[in-house]
This record gives sequence, structure tokens and C-alpha cells, in this order.
Amino acid sequence: MGEIINLLLDGFTIAFQPLNLGLILIGCTIGLFIGAMPGLGSVNGVAILLPLTFLVPPTGAIMFLAAIYYGAMYGGAISSIMLGIPGASTAVATTFDGRPLAKQGMADKALTAAAVASFVGGTISVVLFTFFAPPLAHVALVFGAPEEFSLMMLAFATFVGLGGDDIWKTLFSIAIGLVLAAVGLDIVSGEPRLVFGGITGFMHGINFLVLAIGIYGIGEMLWTIEEHTKAGGKSMLSEATITWQRTVANLKELLGTWKTALMGSFLGYFVGILPAAGATPGSLMAYGIGKQISAKPDDFGKGAVDGVVAPEAANNAASTGSMLPMLTLGIPGSPTTAILLGGMVIWGLEPGPRLFTDHKEFVWGLIASLYAANFFAVILNILFIPAFIWVLKLPFTILAPIIFILCLIGGYAPTQDLHDVWLMLLFGIVGYLMRKLDYPLAPAVLAIVLGPLAEPALRQSLLISSGDMSIFFTRPYSGPIMIAALILLFLPVLQILIRRIRGSRQSPASSDDTPGSEWQG
Amino acid sequence: MTVRTAEFLMASVMTIASGYLMWKSAELPIGWIPDEGPGGGFWPFWLSALMLISCIGILVNWFRKSTAISRSEEPFFAPGVFTEVGMVALALIVTVALFNGIGVAGFGGIGVYGALPLFLLFYLKFVGRHSWVLTIACMVIIPVVTFLFFEIALKITLPKGITEELFYPLYRILL
Repeated sequence: MGEIINLLLDGFTIAFQPLNLGLILIGCTIGLFIGAMPGLGSVNGVAILLPLTFLVPPTGAIMFLAAIYYGAMYGGAISSIMLGIPGASTAVATTFDGRPLAKQGMADKALTAAAVASFVGGTISVVLFTFFAPPLAHVALVFGAPEEFSLMMLAFATFVGLGGDDIWKTLFSIAIGLVLAAVGLDIVSGEPRLVFGGITGFMHGINFLVLAIGIYGIGEMLWTIEEHTKAGGKSMLSEATITWQRTVANLKELLGTWKTALMGSFLGYFVGILPAAGATPGSLMAYGIGKQISAKPDDFGKGAVDGVVAPEAANNAASTGSMLPMLTLGIPGSPTTAILLGGMVIWGLEPGPRLFTDHKEFVWGLIASLYAANFFAVILNILFIPAFIWVLKLPFTILAPIIFILCLIGGYAPTQDLHDVWLMLLFGIVGYLMRKLDYPLAPAVLAIVLGPLAEPALRQSLLISSGDMSIFFTRPYSGPIMIAALILLFLPVLQILIRRIRGSRQSPASSDDTPGSEWQG
Repeated sequence: MTVRTAEFLMASVMTIASGYLMWKSAELPIGWIPDEGPGGGFWPFWLSALMLISCIGILVNWFRKSTAISRSEEPFFAPGVFTEVGMVALALIVTVALFNGIGVAGFGGIGVYGALPLFLLFYLKFVGRHSWVLTIACMVIIPVVTFLFFEIALKITLPKGITEELFYPLYRILL
């Protein structure tokens, strides 16, 4: 305990160095704006700005990116509430009640609730993170190739288990991401594979950034253009007034939501820790449970403050939580941490248990920066509420080309190969079409990051066991993880069977119109 | 085209793509190599097979109309959406084509600093219908900021096509 506090204090001295403090502050601000822009979330900000971090030392770089991540988590609520367009997938649940509140002229109440809930969620989760990261890192030390592979399976299974309605589409998304990750030179034999007639651009493999910017940059913007066109080219802005009296009254009302905020924080943190679950399912689950434990569940969806507090506390808590497996095990809990992980590899830091012993200043500097980022973000958020409203009033047709240009240049910068920009465009357009057909795309992005880790783990394990698959079940840590993965994997199948046995003639898709219902089961 | 038709087309195209990927993966050994473990094609082959199985699953759902998407007879593109999104997608493709070498009939690309202002002109003037003052200001300011930020601050050289030589004096002053 004392040791942890000492390490944390050391971390604070690193985080409070002028350069790092400046990076955290800038990161929070950028994150808030990126998060607040419709169609852009933390994952876009981190993906687009990752190439810029090669200018500063890794510790400063991760603090900058983590601050963007945090800031965006706060900002995501803003366009959900003001425009009814979720700023990011993590803020989808915030629209359910945030938008009705704004329509009733209470946008300020919703925005304040989102900011304060985010702060509560962030703070609770960072405290949990501080005390639970080192023990987990310790356990992670005994992990070998079979355990690693079982964990990867768990990560993918969480996506299938918690994911969308159509299991086949989730599976497809995972598989295509993994196949794309296999393009390039085979790690064992060095032979080129899937290079499609020896196109040189494929030899260096497909960088995860190409897929991430393609899907979350280009694809998401095309999607937003569609929404914009459908809305008749008008932004659906809400009237909002902010006065001191109203703010004080709003804060008083928020005190009554402490139970929801606590539930959201703890739930979000633990869902965030689950590999590959992350903040989006975390916030949706919190919304679902918030409705179930509420004294007035019928108000949910019509403008309940609890309906804003639950998902917002959860998505911030989950964003911290998802950093834990990323740092200790090298497994990202969300698309954004997947990109952070990719960044760490480029900076030459090997994520995993040894990170905590070999790069203490990096880990504790990051943890301390989360406390700082959380504090800055809530202050900035409340101060900037009037400014956000102004930026969102900027015509979409000015914001859009700027974002497109950032994507094109951002896709070119890492490898300086136009081949990657073409691929990015292709992924963007195909991704947009797939999204229209309800293919979940986040699993593909996770898969392309995990692929290069999962494949060697599988091949090494099979080498150890001479091709015997039972190695994944017989080792003390690997066994339970693999079994959990298989249970999660077959959970949707079991649910369908149970539904059939009950003889319910209702089709599974009819629950589509009640958002979040799938998380309550 | 209805959503249902689009769902079928996408699943069919992906089925073919999965089969093609399986075939390409099998160019490397997909079985067990003594003392080396699984061959290089093993991993992508079986994952492409999983893609194929998933596609078949999606197609079965389509035939049985068991998902909301496979039942939907709504148009895949709402009125006006195809033109709007298609125009932007096309503009992006043209912009990237102009970045470098891929000109028409031996005509080289005009580089990033030629293509970006054209893209901005298209988007701001013809999609957004903004004023000429704003359009021209953005056409100048955004490429200049891009240049200073990426080429000068980050030392990332962007493709310039036939405009390459025009930048030599700038490099001499700024680098």
C-alpha cells in the first residue's frame, strides 16, 4: 500500500513536469472538441493524432493520447445532447435521455449531469486502477503463449457475447480483421502471403491505422453526411441557456443521482477491464441496469437525469478500466486502447507484465496523468459549454472537408506510402456500406491489432504441445480463461435456444426498437 | 435498391472474397510441418474459412428473413443520399489520384498542394455553397497550415507530383 502511494507520488512528479502537464491540458482540450464533433470520437482523435506523438518522449506521448481519450469521453456527450447524434459510439446511450432533456430546453441540465457523472466515473475508476493494476500485473507474469492465446479468444468472445444482434456479422468482422492482419510476410517462414500478385504495398502488411482511419475517419464521415442529408442539410440544434441559478439548481438535483453514478462507475470499470468490451457496451449496460434499479423506470427515454448519469459515469470508468489489460497484458479493452497499444509498440515499449517493472516511470506517470486529466477535463468541460455550442453551430460543410483532409494526410504519414491511402479509402467506403447493413466494425479494428499477437501465440502453443489443442484447457490459468471464452462465445446460441424452448413466437429482431434491451437479459 | 437486396449483394461479394482469400492462403502450407508447427498459410486459411461460414450464415438469415435488415424493403439509399455521399466519395478518390503519378495519359499528378485546394473548392463551394471569400481563404490557409505542420514541424514529406520542383526554394529557406 505504502509502496503504491510512493510510486504514485513519483508518477505525479513526472506528470506535473511542465511539458507533460501542458500535453495533458492540450490533449484534454483536443479530446473534448473531437469528442463533441458528431462522427468523431476518442478513437478518431487518437488514430489521427498518433503520428504526431513521435515528437515527444513516450511518457509524454501516452499522457497526451490518454488525455485525448479522457477528454473525448467527456466531449462525446455534448453532441449526443445538443444534436442527438452521438459524438462517439460510447455516447450512444447518452442520447436516449440527453436528447429529450435538450428538447425540453434543459440542455444545460443534461450537459452538467454528463460532466459531473463523467468526473465521478473517472475518479472512482482511477482509484480502482491505482490499487488493482500492480496485483493484476503480477498475475500476468506467469502468462505464457497458451494463456495469451486463451485471453485473445476471451477478447473476441466478449465481442460476440456482448455484441450486436447478428452473431454472423460480428464473427465475420473479427475474421476479416484477423485475415487483414495476416497480410504481409509470414513471421515464421518469412514468405510473403496474401500479397495479391506481389503488390509491394502489401509486403509491409496492413497497418492498423489504415483500417482505423478508414473506418472511423472516412467511413464515419460518409455516414454523417448521410445523416446530414436525411435531415435536410440542417443541423438539429437545441436552444440552451446557462445561468448561475440554473447551474446551482442542476447540481442540487444531481446529488439525488449518486446511486446511479456509483453503479455506473463500478459497472463501467469492470466491463472496461474485460478484454475487448470497452466503454460502448459498458455505457449501454449501465443504462439498462440504471433503468432497472430506478424508482421511476418509465421516465427513462423521456428525459430522466439518471439516464444521462448512468452511461456517462460508466463510459469514463470503462475508459480507465480498459487501460488496465492494455498495460498489464497487452490486450486492449476498446478500439481506442487498441490504437494506444499500437502506438506503444511503435515507441518501442512492450506492453505486458514487464512494463510495470521495466518502465515504472512510464506506467506511474500515466496513472498520475489520469488523475490530472480527469480534473482538467471536468473544469474545461463546464467552462467550455458555451464554446461547444458555438463550434457545433459551425456549418457541417466547413468541418467535413477539414476532417477528410486530416484523414488523408493522417493515413499517408505513418508509412509514407500512397498505397495505404488508397486502402484507407477502400476500407472507408466499404466500411460505410457495411455499417449501413449493421455489420459491427469495431471488432475488425480490434482484430487487426490483436492478429499479430494472437497468431504467434497460437503457433507457439501448438509447437509446445506438438499440435495438441488440449494445451489451452489443461494449464491452470489458460483453462478457465478458455472455458470462459467458449461460454461467452456460445452464449448467444444458448439464448436463442432458450427463447425457442420458451416457445416465444416473437422474432429476435423485434427487440430492436428498445435500445439497450439486449443488455438487460 | 432495397436494403434487402443490398444485404444479399454484400454477403455474396464477401462470400466470393472469402473463397478467394482461402485459395490465396493455401499457396503457403496450411497443414502441420514437422518441427516447425503450423505452416504459414494455416492461420489465414482457417480464418478465411470462418469468414466464409459467417457469410453463409448471413445468407441463410437472408433467405429465412430472420433479421431486421434482411426483411427491410426500404431503399438502401434514402432520396438524395446516394448523390451526396457518392459525390464526396468520388471527390476523395480524385483527390488521392491527383496526389501523385496516377495522372491521365502520362500527365503527372499535381501533388497534395494542388489537390487539397481543389478538394476544398469542391466541398466548400459546390457542396456547402459558401461564399467565395470563405472558400478562397480556406483554400489558402489549410494547405499552408498542412505544409508548416507536416513538412516543417513533423518532417513528413507529402507527395507533390509535378509540383515537386516548386518547393525547392521553400525547403532551402525553411529547413
